[in-house]
Amino acid sequence: MSKKQFVESRLDPETATVDEVCPAGEPWVRLLTEKQVFRIVDLGGNQAVDTLFYNASHAFERYSATDTIRRQKQLYLTTGSKLYSNFGNVMLSIVADTCGRHDTIGGACAAESNTVRYGLEKFPMHSCRDNFLHALAHEPVCEHLDMSKRDLPSNINFFMNVPVSEAGGLEFADGMSAPFKYVEMRAEMDVIVLISNCPQLNNPCNAYNPTPIRLLIWDDPEDMSFD
Amino acid sequence: MNQSDALIWEQHIPGGCHWSGIVRRGTTLRLVDVIGRANAAVLFFNQEEKLERYNMADTLKTQHTFRLTKGHACHSDMGRIFCCITEDTAGWHDTVCGMSDAESIRQKYGTARFEERRNEMFRNGLDGMLIELGKWGLGIRDVVSNINFFSKVTANSSGELAFHPGSSKAGDHVDLSFEMDTLMVLSTAPHPLDSSKTYQPGAVDLAAFVTPPSVIAVCTRIAENARALLNTRNLYACHGGAA
Repeated sequence: MSKKQFVESRLDPETATVDEVCPAGEPWVRLLTEKQVFRIVDLGGNQAVDTLFYNASHAFERYSATDTIRRQKQLYLTTGSKLYSNFGNVMLSIVADTCGRHDTIGGACAAESNTVRYGLEKFPMHSCRDNFLHALAHEPVCEHLDMSKRDLPSNINFFMNVPVSEAGGLEFADGMSAPFKYVEMRAEMDVIVLISNCPQLNNPCNAYNPTPIRLLIWDDPEDMSFD
Repeated sequence: MNQSDALIWEQHIPGGCHWSGIVRRGTTLRLVDVIGRANAAVLFFNQEEKLERYNMADTLKTQHTFRLTKGHACHSDMGRIFCCITEDTAGWHDTVCGMSDAESIRQKYGTARFEERRNEMFRNGLDGMLIELGKWGLGIRDVVSNINFFSKVTANSSGELAFHPGSSKAGDHVDLSFEMDTLMVLSTAPHPLDSSKTYQPGAVDLAAFVTPPSVIAVCTRIAENARALLNTRNLYACHGGAA
């Protein structure tokens, strides 16, 4: 796969058809059609953007961490990475990235896992899985696809740095991101994107300060060239 | 432990095959790599509520580990522990590579159908898992990131993966001491990154024992595991009152 991690986009936010801000700690759901380009901007730096993708026609085809990791023999995502589904199809391709590394294995926080990681009294705290479930309960597109907790597999954490050592250790390191770094990807099929803009208040990697993200979508830019 | 006294049940699973069953809490299931070359792809579900299932991310991040071995536990997505790894002679079990599928097996090894090869046919991990899941009313939506027991995959500082052939030897075994009543689903098809040029998956023997007293303590040295075990025991103490 490509080694050129830091690749800037040529796309101008002025020409985007969608330009929205998702506040810290909230879910965000959108349909991306094939060839649209999707950018996530880390407005505050070191945010963890917990993200899942689904086939827009049937949600049982979905982003697969194991397919994405195994098929590219690579744990981290950056420019050139493909995001594979559990059917082995490329759902999206990362075409620009000014951060350089995104996590595939850290998963989403949940009320229940917070009790294990940080203390039994943490159960009432806001969490990413609660955000995902809120979206599944309220977003018409999720209801239309009959989605439930059953459809919440391992997710991507954009902007998150979870280094693995050769000896098999794992840590949550300080982020490699910074304000206004972004990752941009092209949809290779029609997909639903489901985001929890991580509200994690227990993890020092974002200085206990969850921040908003900016989300942009461009329609099939005719003259885009990524090489 | 005195195994001859405590043995409840045993089962031989040839390479390439699949199995599923309920393992009760208080039971230790031993997986044995019979001749070397084994890969045991495994998923766990709460037998009573199968929406609760093995969670790769929670298992890794609660224990700050990328590999599983003795002293680690296999966590559910609901803050509980399916089983503790209370013995392990292989030393490294893969957690991120998923399973082989029909296309990857065909590309690597060619085609060997039942019509020509009878039960020597080439089977793949995902289809084995789906067949077993189907017996319990489950399906593709229930396939999440699984464990590959007996397979070692490392990552370098750039995140590039390397499969280590022969990491597990004949007779190596791993003991899973169950804390929940668990539906365990297993495929013994080759690891998807197995470098072998021929289709020759190794067999796995299963043997169930009564869990010896205090054997779990090896896993509760990790504070997160101790809390998850408390959550697990609360489930059975008051059925759902706690996380």
